[in-house]
Amino acid sequence: MSVAVTDVVHGCPAVDSLGARVVHTDRERYHGLLEGLRADGYDLFVGLTGVDYLTHPGRDLPDGVGPERFEVVVELWSVSDRRRVRVRCQVPGADPWLPTAFDVWAGAEAHERETYDMFGVRFEGHPDPSRILMPEDWEGHPLRKDYATGSVPVQFKESPDRR
Amino acid sequence: MSTTSRAGEPDQTSEGRRQGLLDRLRGKAGPGGEEITRRLLAETYEGAQELDARGRQSRPELEREMGGVLRLPEGVGLDPEDIDIDVPTDETMILNLGPSHPSTHGVLRIMVELEGETVLRSKPVVGYLHTGMEKTGEELMYHQGSTNVTRMDYLSPFFNELTFSLTVERLLGLELPPRATWIRMLMSELNRISSHMLWLATNGADIGAINMLVYGWREREVLLQFFEKVTGLRMNHNYIRPGGLAADLPDGWRDDVTAICDMMERRMDEYDRLLTGQPILQKRLQGVGPLTAEEAIDLGLTGPLLRSTGVPRDLRRDEPYLAYDQVDFDVIVGEVGDCWDRYAIRFNEIRESVRICRQICEAMPSGDYRTQDKKVTPPPRNRIDESMEALIHHFKLYTEGFRVPPGEAYVPVETPRGEGGCYIVSDGTSRPYRLHMRAASFANLQGLPRMARGALIADAIAIVSTIDPVLGDVDR
Repeated sequence: MSVAVTDVVHGCPAVDSLGARVVHTDRERYHGLLEGLRADGYDLFVGLTGVDYLTHPGRDLPDGVGPERFEVVVELWSVSDRRRVRVRCQVPGADPWLPTAFDVWAGAEAHERETYDMFGVRFEGHPDPSRILMPEDWEGHPLRKDYATGSVPVQFKESPDRR
Repeated sequence: MSTTSRAGEPDQTSEGRRQGLLDRLRGKAGPGGEEITRRLLAETYEGAQELDARGRQSRPELEREMGGVLRLPEGVGLDPEDIDIDVPTDETMILNLGPSHPSTHGVLRIMVELEGETVLRSKPVVGYLHTGMEKTGEELMYHQGSTNVTRMDYLSPFFNELTFSLTVERLLGLELPPRATWIRMLMSELNRISSHMLWLATNGADIGAINMLVYGWREREVLLQFFEKVTGLRMNHNYIRPGGLAADLPDGWRDDVTAICDMMERRMDEYDRLLTGQPILQKRLQGVGPLTAEEAIDLGLTGPLLRSTGVPRDLRRDEPYLAYDQVDFDVIVGEVGDCWDRYAIRFNEIRESVRICRQICEAMPSGDYRTQDKKVTPPPRNRIDESMEALIHHFKLYTEGFRVPPGEAYVPVETPRGEGGCYIVSDGTSRPYRLHMRAASFANLQGLPRMARGALIADAIAIVSTIDPVLGDVDR
């Protein structure tokens, strides 16, 4: 199902989602859109997270944006205008990666590490792509929908009989 | 492919990383045999989390740890060439603070590189308290969700519940009765006082004003007793729920709140004399860990850290939620952005919160404390004995939960630490498809390398203290 496009921001369709301004994009247009938004005055990087749409593929997207397995959601704020915008970027599940936003906002660093850790979406060009919340030698990405709860053996780094 | 490379420029290709890992793993094997262990690990391994010797770090990583990588306009920021990158490794020492160091406020681990007593690089290593609460949140129904999120930032539980409830209500399109809104506001402001009071106590202890520790906890205790009277619990209240509140305020609440306000006003004047005029405290905080407004914005800092640099960003005023547009309060901002400004901001925010609480006592509307939408709010206990319909509603609500229309929403609130928000994706069932909490402490820790660079190790403790991270919020 497609939703009504309110306007076009740097070549990407913007929609209204429960009162919030949301710009939809894909991997090709993602970095250019972020640079454009920064130039528009969105200077505070509020947050970045991922969503795994593996078991809920049917969601409302505007025309021209094809649904993919992963979505990276970026929340931005403009200090001078006190406005907010959200970017939703489609990331293919077969090879999940995005260009990093670290070269646009230094504040993206920890959020991108967390999203890599939890979803396995790699951010190319990130200075320190290691895991942030899970141990560095953890297997898998816990917030993916195919990562089961309740059936994972406890992994301790120094345990002699791990796994 | 060769894994050897010149010092300072390790092989950053994924093949190089994998080879490095395999070298590291030589001789270590799990029960599946060495080959299986290597193959499994190499698939998801992205490098070590610890601060490493200079020779083994890449240039961008090194600059990041020195607080040098900021996207600032020309001439405002640090010159990347200015970084003292050529300090010989044998003259520096990497020191590990935490994760169980008392002054790191929970299980925060900070690795610092020192030259003498001066911090050259630092890196917060987090995750020791990670319990997968966002994953748990996907398993719980919406009416159970607030018990989960309240445990994240355990010093300001009402704010976690508030942002979660506001987001669910945004998705449901639910209007709340005014009394529920005003009680939420009252509890938020009292929680802000108790959180800042605890910060004042631990900050005092961190920099040597040990007596403040006792006084801060004493004041917080009075507030926790009021929370217990209202919600039944001292922490992790599960009081603010989607659809309203768990219970109305108890009889005599107005006297209690007035007594708390009177006490806090009196005591804050005492602490002003005890702390603010203290030459030792001033020396420990003034000019320590300064940040400019551009740096704070670029690093994505919010709350008192951002306001200390002079940016008047307070969501209570900028995006009024609840009924903050109907009360009168000042947004406290600093000027220099050092630890002293952050101290002064939190100190005066307590006074502003007292001011808001007094106005709420005056203006508290009467009426219902939760919505009467039968699809969200369970019927009162005594109705269940009389009405078949009430029994059915009660049963359905607690076994299936209420369904939330598909969509996504993010509603932020101004927590004592900055912007705390909840992002929920709903697929139309009674459980969130994705629940993400934007944690203010998590983002604020990113400011540490910049603030600690060039400071003394004792100043680094003061800086961590004025960031005021809550590790339950950082790790979730």
